[in-house]
Amino acid sequence: MPKLSDIVVQVRRDILRMVHQVNSGHPGGSLGCTEFMVTLYFKIMNINKEFNMDGENEDLFFLSNGHISPVFYSVLARVGYFPVSELKTFRKINSRLQGHPTTHEGLPGVRIASGSLGQGFSVAVGAAITKKLNKEQHIVYSLHGDGELQEGQNWEAIMYASANKIDNIICTIDNNSKQIDGDLKDVLDMGCLKTKFEAFGWVVLNIENGNNLIEIETKFHEAKSLCFQGKPIIIIMKTEMGNGVDFMMGTHKWHGVAPNDEQLETALNQNPVTLGDY
Amino acid sequence: MKKFINQGNNDTRSGFGAGLLELGRSNKEVVALCADLTGSLKMNEFKKEFPDRFFQVGIAEANMMGIAAGMTIGGKIPFTGTFANFSTGRVYDQIRQSIAYSGKNVKICASHAGVTLGEDGATHQILEDIGLMKMLPGMTVINPCDFNQTKAATIAICNHIGPVYLRFGRPKVPNFTDINQNFEIGKGIKLIDGNDVTIVATGHLVWEAIEACDLLENEGISTELINIHTIKPLDQEIILNSVSKTKCIVSAEEHNIIGGLGESISGLLVKNNLVPMEFVGVEDSFGESGTPSELMKKYGLSSENIYKKCKKAISRKQLGV
Repeated sequence: MPKLSDIVVQVRRDILRMVHQVNSGHPGGSLGCTEFMVTLYFKIMNINKEFNMDGENEDLFFLSNGHISPVFYSVLARVGYFPVSELKTFRKINSRLQGHPTTHEGLPGVRIASGSLGQGFSVAVGAAITKKLNKEQHIVYSLHGDGELQEGQNWEAIMYASANKIDNIICTIDNNSKQIDGDLKDVLDMGCLKTKFEAFGWVVLNIENGNNLIEIETKFHEAKSLCFQGKPIIIIMKTEMGNGVDFMMGTHKWHGVAPNDEQLETALNQNPVTLGDY
Repeated sequence: MKKFINQGNNDTRSGFGAGLLELGRSNKEVVALCADLTGSLKMNEFKKEFPDRFFQVGIAEANMMGIAAGMTIGGKIPFTGTFANFSTGRVYDQIRQSIAYSGKNVKICASHAGVTLGEDGATHQILEDIGLMKMLPGMTVINPCDFNQTKAATIAICNHIGPVYLRFGRPKVPNFTDINQNFEIGKGIKLIDGNDVTIVATGHLVWEAIEACDLLENEGISTELINIHTIKPLDQEIILNSVSKTKCIVSAEEHNIIGGLGESISGLLVKNNLVPMEFVGVEDSFGESGTPSELMKKYGLSSENIYKKCKKAISRKQLGV
C-alpha cells in the first residue's frame, strides 16, 4: 500500500481536477476531509471491496454531507471500488458520479443518496440497528458537516441513538466552522457542539487537527475501543476547509466554487503527482 | 347484478395490524417502526409478540423514515406506521432522498388518511398523499378498500421489492371482500359487470360505489364497477377494456381530485380513448371537523354523489359532449 500521505496528495489532485473540468462542485469541504476519508478507508474500516449493498460482515460508511462527493468518489476509486478513470465522468451526463452521491446509478461503495442535508444520522442509526439484529460486531461510520447540524432531523436521530444504546456507530462532525453564507457563528451559531452531544448522551471525542493523519488514526483507534459499551460515539473533528491549497484555506469562499485554469495549475503545483492522475 | 355482503364493519387499519402480525410470524426480516401511534396503527399485537423487532421512535417521523432506510441495508424489511399526514407531507424529502431515490425496500404504512379521520379536523386529514407519493419514481401506491383487502395488501407488499406507500383509514366500514383473497399489486378487480357506465373506485369509496350501483340499477342502468386498489402502477388494461364497452367513466376516491386516482385515469384516457369522465373526490379544499359520515356527505364522497356523477357521465355520452 502507498504511504497515506501520498494517497492524500493524489486525492487532492483528483478533487481539484474533477471540480475544475466541470466548473462546479465543492472543493473546500472535500479538501478539508481528505485526510479523514483516506485514513478511514485505508486504515480504519474493515471493508469488502467486492461491493454488496447489504454490507454484511463489514464496516459501513455513510456520507451525510453529500456535497463533498469529490473526496468520497476519489477515495472510493483509489481504494478499489471502481476504476480511477471513471473520476473523469464526475457531474457529466450519463455518469455514475452524480453531483451528489446516489445509489440510483449503481456506483459501488455508495449505500444511500445524500445531498439534501441532515438525513445521514438516521440512516447510520438504522444500519447500525440492523447490524445488531443480525448479531454482527462491525461498526457503522458516518460523516456530517457542522453546518448540517442546523437541520432538525439530526437531533431526532442523536436523541434516539443514545436512548436506545446504539453503541456500534462512530459518527464524525467535520468541524470547519464554515458554511455557504459564511462562518457558522454568523449564520447560525451552533454554540458548543461538545456540550450539546454530551447532553444528548453521546461519548464525545475531539480531534484538534483533523488534517493530521496520525491524530486521526490514533483517535479512531480510541473510538473503536469505546464501541459496544452502551453509548454512541461522536468525534468532533476540527478541519481546515481547502486544506493543502494555500489560497483555498482560511476562507469559506471555496465551499462550492471550482478553480479556474490558472488557479488549478497553482493548486496542482502545491500537490505534485504521487500515484498518478486519472 | 352481483351483490356484496357486509361481513361486519371493521377498520382498515385493523386489517393492517392483522397483516403485520402474520408477517411477523412468517418472515423474520420484517421489522416495524412507529412514531408514538402504536395503538392507532393497530401495531400493539406485533409489538407484544416481537418486541425485539418493534422500534418506537417517538414523535420524530423524519428520523423514522431515515432509520427505516438504513435498516434495509443488511436485509430488513421495515414497515413504518403513523398517520398518513405524517407519513407523507411531513417527511416528503426524507422519503424522496433516503427511500425512493435510494431505492430502499421500505413499506410506508399510513392510517387515518382522508376526511374520515373525523373530528381532529383538517390538520390531520391529508387529502394530498396519493398525489405526493405517486409522483415519486419507483414508488408503489396502494389504497385498499376494507379490512380483508388491507390485510391481504399488507402481506403482499412484503414480497414486493421496493418502496411502497400503503394507505388506509380510521373508521369502521363494511368488510365485504373475500377473507382469503389473493392480492395482486397493480391488478384492478372487476366487482360488477355492466354496460352503461364504468365506476373506478378506491379505498373507502368502493363500498359507496357498490351502493351507487344499486341506485343506478333501480333505474335500469347497468354499471361496471372496478376496484382499483393499486393507484401506481395503474392497471391500464382493466380500465381501457371497460370504457371501450361503457364509453363513459366516473372515478371515486377520498382524496383531492387534483393528484389522485381520477387524475391518473384521465391521463390514461387522453392518451388512449377519450370518453366523458366525471370525478368524485374532494374539490381542492381542506377538510374540517365532524363525524366521518357527515364529512363524507358534505364533501361529496357518497353513494348519492357517485350516482349523480354517473348520470351526468351517461348524459354527456349521449349528448356527445
